[in-house]
Amino acid sequence: MKHIYMDNNATTAVRPEVLEAMLPFFREHFGNPSSVHWAGRAVAGAVEKAREQVAKLVNCSPAEIVFVSCGSEGDNTAILGTADALREKGNHIITTSVEHPAVLETCQFLEKRGYEVTYLPVDKNGMLDLAQLEAAITDKTILISVMWANNETGNLYPIPEIGAIARKYKVRLHTDAVQAVGKVPVDVQAAGVDLLVISGHKLGAPKGVGALYVRRGAKLTRFMHGGHQERNRRAGTHNVPAIVGLGLACELAGREMVEKAAYIKKLRDRLESGIRLAVPEIKLNGHPTERLPNTLNVSFAYIEGESLLLNLDMKGIAASSGSACTSGSLEPSHVLGAMCVEITLAHSSTRFSLGADNTREDVDYVLEVLPPIVQRLREMSPLYNCNQESCVDCTTLARL
Amino acid sequence: MYSEKVMDHFSNPRNVGEIENADGVGEVGNASCGDIMKIFLKVENGLIKDIKFKTFGCGAAIATSSMVTEMAIGKTLDEALELTNAAVAEALDGLPAQKMHCSNLAADALHEAIKNYQEKQG
Repeated sequence: MKHIYMDNNATTAVRPEVLEAMLPFFREHFGNPSSVHWAGRAVAGAVEKAREQVAKLVNCSPAEIVFVSCGSEGDNTAILGTADALREKGNHIITTSVEHPAVLETCQFLEKRGYEVTYLPVDKNGMLDLAQLEAAITDKTILISVMWANNETGNLYPIPEIGAIARKYKVRLHTDAVQAVGKVPVDVQAAGVDLLVISGHKLGAPKGVGALYVRRGAKLTRFMHGGHQERNRRAGTHNVPAIVGLGLACELAGREMVEKAAYIKKLRDRLESGIRLAVPEIKLNGHPTERLPNTLNVSFAYIEGESLLLNLDMKGIAASSGSACTSGSLEPSHVLGAMCVEITLAHSSTRFSLGADNTREDVDYVLEVLPPIVQRLREMSPLYNCNQESCVDCTTLARL
Repeated sequence: MYSEKVMDHFSNPRNVGEIENADGVGEVGNASCGDIMKIFLKVENGLIKDIKFKTFGCGAAIATSSMVTEMAIGKTLDEALELTNAAVAEALDGLPAQKMHCSNLAADALHEAIKNYQEKQG
């Protein structure tokens, strides 16, 4: 069966060039970069080269890059490290209601420890009101944390404008840029960001590696204790092959981003307009234009997301859903909830996140396979053509 | 994550649809939890002569709906009332743990439909 992968916001395949560059660092150059001998020296240079490659992609100095094990570690370090380091200054954090759980749950953890957190609401397109953000700042505010791009909807947040607000009030700005780096241009200088998080496996590097940008001079309490690595900012032996892979993936992304983003956007737009033409009663979740070029999140009224995903999977298509069944809880996506998406539509949301490996044929195959699946599931649904005046679900759906 | 039997009932669900002028209709679940099941019954001489379902929900919800219709058809109302959600899950060779409490409602929908029939009979 044909395999079509449209879940690149979940993870990406390691790029062949990246894998090739990593392989010598498992056997031939296996040393610990902290060792003084020949084996250590041979790999220390490779780690520093990777640091330069990552720094170049986000426009910072290599010394401002700290290698970590994943995006979640980066977010935890940035938030917990700031909360601890700036405890004397204040205890208030501002974030949004649509952040990744790595940010949201870290903030909730801090709330139990005496910190105050403001979770900014979003509008029906998932966008923030910056006046509201500015108004939330108090003299106790020590951190603003806003993601660069949302993993579910692909929405892009105006980080440079938020950076200007943060500068004005001298509040530190952290951004979870896991979904943005490699897909859209990210410049920490221009954006006025103090802390930024990158995840390797979202841009063609392996799982198990990420990077945290820490603006020079920004005090941050370390999260991982036990060694002097990363200038005493993060203990733990370097995951050298993965770091080498992350470096090359960043270099390649910097070189190819403009061209690839345009290619992927064309495919995504073809998919979006094709679905609109072929399937009635759908809803786009997210901003129509201020969105990552690869992401399409749509709800298919009357059907549940997991049953759609399973049917797509039977046809070889990998996508994802914000339904409760796939979120691992009883609630559907908190992102769609914050956008006030009607509850059955939230359960039916389906995310296609494309990548450079997708082709026009892939998109056309999805467009051929998807509409009959949706129709079959709708005919099985008690909400579809139910036509009962008393039916609560129908009256809610009719108002859309 | 799902057994072969679940996938079989999910991809080829039995007895999908509605019964016009059904003798009993039962609905359980709600939109917020993501599962709504509706069961339609035709009863003759105390036996379930025909049964159909419509379900909004995940793979487990559709498979349990399909399975309960197969298990109930031809049974007396008393026998059908003895069918449990656990028995439906067992007949499907089990369900993933996280689905046991949220999507395993098909026997409840059947019981609601029988209750509805009995109420109509007075």
